[in-house]
Amino acid sequence: MKFMQRGLDSETKKQLEEEEKKIISEEHWYLDLPELKEKESFIIEEQRFLLCEDLLYGRMSFRGFNPEVEKLMLQMNAKNKAEEVEEQTVELNVSDEEMARRYETLVWTIGKTFAKKRDRAIYEEDKNGDMKPIKAKKMFLKPQD
Amino acid sequence: MAEAPGIPAESLAGCRARAARTVLDQVVLPGEELLLPEQEDGEGPGGAGERPLRLNAAARSRGRVVCGPGLRRCGDRLLVTKCGRLRHKEPGSGSGGGVYWVDSQQKRYVPVKGDHVIGIVTAKSGDIFKVDVGGSEPASLSYLAFEGATKRNRPNVQVGDLIYGQFVVANKDMEPEMVCIDSCGRANGMGVIGQDGLLFKVTLGLIRKLLAPDCEILQEVGKLYPLEIVFGMNGRIWVKAKTIQQTLILANILEACEHMTTDQRKQIFSRLAES
Repeated sequence: MKFMQRGLDSETKKQLEEEEKKIISEEHWYLDLPELKEKESFIIEEQRFLLCEDLLYGRMSFRGFNPEVEKLMLQMNAKNKAEEVEEQTVELNVSDEEMARRYETLVWTIGKTFAKKRDRAIYEEDKNGDMKPIKAKKMFLKPQD
Repeated sequence: MAEAPGIPAESLAGCRARAARTVLDQVVLPGEELLLPEQEDGEGPGGAGERPLRLNAAARSRGRVVCGPGLRRCGDRLLVTKCGRLRHKEPGSGSGGGVYWVDSQQKRYVPVKGDHVIGIVTAKSGDIFKVDVGGSEPASLSYLAFEGATKRNRPNVQVGDLIYGQFVVANKDMEPEMVCIDSCGRANGMGVIGQDGLLFKVTLGLIRKLLAPDCEILQEVGKLYPLEIVFGMNGRIWVKAKTIQQTLILANILEACEHMTTDQRKQIFSRLAES
């Protein structure tokens, strides 16, 4: 387009731009109707009963027949009452401890992969699966006279 | 053209249009027009510049009013399309206007988006299951719409299984589609409902009554013996207890409690608790 040329002044650019726009818009088709104003309606139509009544969650279990469903019941019905915030903070405390425990074991497993064959004996597991206390490395023992 | 004798239409409509506020919890019939509170000011007889005092100033500003099931928008007014009692819920968090709806009773279910329903798998064709939900068409359920389902890890669903899911697409122009996961991809209790148990059908109004937050029937039922119930908004209830007899008793109670008064119900429960 002509108005895109760099050498022209900004004024001539604008003029050319407007002329080009005019040509293009004249070629567009338009409806020769009076402008219709859309009335702003403030009524919304909804067919869902979910908005009208606070209904409980549809799956229920009583007296421990299905423990998973009972857990779900607490979760889903609590969402409506916004008690979830409390539950979340309690969970966080537990997960910190668990994280520390898991981090410990993780260090041990990663350490094992990089230890040489002789050092791997240090990382041997006890019968119970607990880590054995780290023994001192086997060094050369000078013979006593 | 002969002049049509008779009452002109405007005055007919005028004497039928009542204020929604005055008709709350009363029976309304299809064809009635209801005026919303904001429109009463100009049309009420209180003229001469008097305005009725309102307790909450929020109602003055034109908030969005939601017209729920049984109502339709007709210009600026609400048109009743089902017979029942008119209910209203105040807006909780200030999104103005509140909700109006008609508490009606019916047995035939029409799929609505977001409803949790119990469906029966009737056919398995390629990648989708056809599920009968009691509407005019069977809903389609894709095999990927289960928690943890991938193209290689298909869910274990057979023809004749019961599915608890929700609608994602449900309008009068298209076939309804349902899924068994929520928007985060978690199942939240949806999916295939387990073995055994009994599925039976009740009216839609009873389901809503039983799922109300303060329903005494469920609290009393829960004290009888260990059991599991799943409610579908399409009028289907699935129950399971330890023995067949207990399951049947439960099904009979739930079907009958629609037409019992509170006293009759308490009698029956006390008799059951004794035996």
